Amino acid sequence: MMQTRSNPALTVDDLTVAYREKPAIWDIDLDVPAGVLMAIVGPNGAGKSTLIKAVLNLIPRAAGAVSFFGEPYERARSLVGYVPQRGSVDWDFPASVLDVVTMGLYGKLGWFRRPGKAERDLALHALEQVGLVDFADRQISQLSGGQQQRTFLARALVQDAQIYFMDEPFAAVDAVTENAIVNILRQLNQRGKTVLVVHHDLQTVAEYFDWVTLLNVEVIASGPTLQTFTLENLQKTYGGRVSSLHGGQLLAASAQ
Amino acid sequence: MTARAAISRDDRRVWLIIAAIALVSLLIIPFSQALFGLRFTYTVRVVALGGSFLGLISGALGCFAVLRRESLLGDALSHAALPGVAIAFLLAGRELSPLLIGAGIASWLSLRFVAALLATTRLKQDAALGIVLASWFAAGIALLAYIQSIPDASQAGLDHFIFGQAAAIIESDVRLVMGVGLIILCLLALLWKEFKLVTFDAEFAGANGIRIGLINTLLSTLIVVTIVLGLQLAGVILMVGMLIAPGVAARQWTHKLDQMVILAAVFGAFSGGVGAVISALDSDIPTGPTIIVVAFALVLLSLALAPGRGLLWSRLRQRSNRRAFAARNTLRNLYRYALAHGAVNAPVPDSFIRGVGDRGAALGLRELDGAGHVRLGEGGWRLSQSGVKLARRDIHNQQLWDTYRLYAHELALPNVAEDREREIASLLPAEAVAILEAKLAEGAAP
Repeated sequence: MMQTRSNPALTVDDLTVAYREKPAIWDIDLDVPAGVLMAIVGPNGAGKSTLIKAVLNLIPRAAGAVSFFGEPYERARSLVGYVPQRGSVDWDFPASVLDVVTMGLYGKLGWFRRPGKAERDLALHALEQVGLVDFADRQISQLSGGQQQRTFLARALVQDAQIYFMDEPFAAVDAVTENAIVNILRQLNQRGKTVLVVHHDLQTVAEYFDWVTLLNVEVIASGPTLQTFTLENLQKTYGGRVSSLHGGQLLAASAQ
Repeated sequence: MTARAAISRDDRRVWLIIAAIALVSLLIIPFSQALFGLRFTYTVRVVALGGSFLGLISGALGCFAVLRRESLLGDALSHAALPGVAIAFLLAGRELSPLLIGAGIASWLSLRFVAALLATTRLKQDAALGIVLASWFAAGIALLAYIQSIPDASQAGLDHFIFGQAAAIIESDVRLVMGVGLIILCLLALLWKEFKLVTFDAEFAGANGIRIGLINTLLSTLIVVTIVLGLQLAGVILMVGMLIAPGVAARQWTHKLDQMVILAAVFGAFSGGVGAVISALDSDIPTGPTIIVVAFALVLLSLALAPGRGLLWSRLRQRSNRRAFAARNTLRNLYRYALAHGAVNAPVPDSFIRGVGDRGAALGLRELDGAGHVRLGEGGWRLSQSGVKLARRDIHNQQLWDTYRLYAHELALPNVAEDREREIASLLPAEAVAILEAKLAEGAAP
């Protein structure tokens, strides 16, 4: 534990990923201290999801190294939780909400072992935290978009990780779900977990996150929100339009 | 509690279907004996047993092909087995096991070839599958034609691999199917959660340390092995039917993966066995196609009848929705007109209500009349007491929905999809409805 405290939660060195000839992310260097709530923001096609997937070894890297709490991914896997984009799966798959949440424990169970009563209880506890415990036996095809997202969140919670990666959890969800997610993020943060969130809504970055990485193929800036989330950096990331699009809020953030 | 009851009703339905299938299978034997004078000779028994076992395995595994949207991959893989059969014959002669091994190798190579095409070119999956299916199959046909031109007589019967030939199946073949099938089923049971997770969400599986590549390859290899086992019976062209039909039918009846796989296995075994028995009635009825026809009869029945997902079910639901909608609209029109003309039970001219309601009015009036909410009398339609009550309740419900839309967030009410055709009380918990009622009363006060 002492060792995990002293190391950054995530260290990325010279990470490059290319789809065909074009780099999707280029020469990424990143140090994320343990215990921060970090937003990854940037325009469409900036490589935000690619960054997460490359860090988690889900897509091949052209170059670069990644470590979690000073360990390579293979040895730190149990410390890592993941919430993929909601649209990445077929929600007509024959499974209940409880089934899907229990899937978060499959990795820990290892080969051949089946989930039992203990796993069921853990999954129900996670569903309680996201306010879906009444939906445990519901078919996933009957869920609304927000409920799907909370199901995914519960599945990540049962992983009981030290560092979480969430790919656009706030995309197209209702207000209740957004509140639920924010509450979960804060709870995780209070328990000392590190959370990295791909985020689209610039208005809420300063309110929800204490750390931010601005990404547009390369890392434009990364650090505490107050110092990093400035109009200048945003313009470097998004181009000049950003001030007129999101004027009031952002100017306030950069003035502080 | 209602959720729990619903689940057990689902379970019961699955067991009912399994029992019904078992009953039909049992009845078919005496039925075919009495009616068609079918004799269950040794050959018929062997073929029927082989058919059911093959159907069982391909049905169970086929579920994963269906859920992974790889039905067409199954088709390409089975077509691609043909050149393997031909080459194996040229190298090793007409022994079953080398032929099947050849088929398996060719099919598996085509799988890798599709993967390579997708990884290195910009081809989409359907195009890659089309290319592999057509070229491998063409090569197989060409090789068969070449083999037939060789004067040696032993080539006879090789083209049966195209459509399958059940009569050629002997006891040792059935034993092979059973042995290999048992291994496949054991692997399926052992790696159940890995197969399930990789099928549902491969990325998440990968992030949890599950070897996606290994599991994918294993699953595809099992499908190839199943296809190879079925070639003799169903042939390369129809094997895909055995693979996917039971899974498609089973998906209609259940929302649980384990039930789906069991049901598909039962459907597959039924199709295989019954198809074999039917084709034994006359030597002109081919076994493979008959099995597929039985399997697709099950698919049609399931698509039509399954509760929740079936066509009949949704048609019925649509009809009752249309009636309820017409009745509600007509009631609103009647009530509004009557209020505007003095009293809730003032008569509404028939021509007016039919005029504003268009075609729905006739349907609505019939519904309301049947339920005793309106009566046709002097001067037109009058709302009965129950009709007035219903109209008021509807208006109140709409007002509650309006309040919900405005204040749901502020009052921190649970989030539900707005469905104004339904009573809000049936969607929200009682406390939430009470809060809305209070808010509505408060708003109405000034």
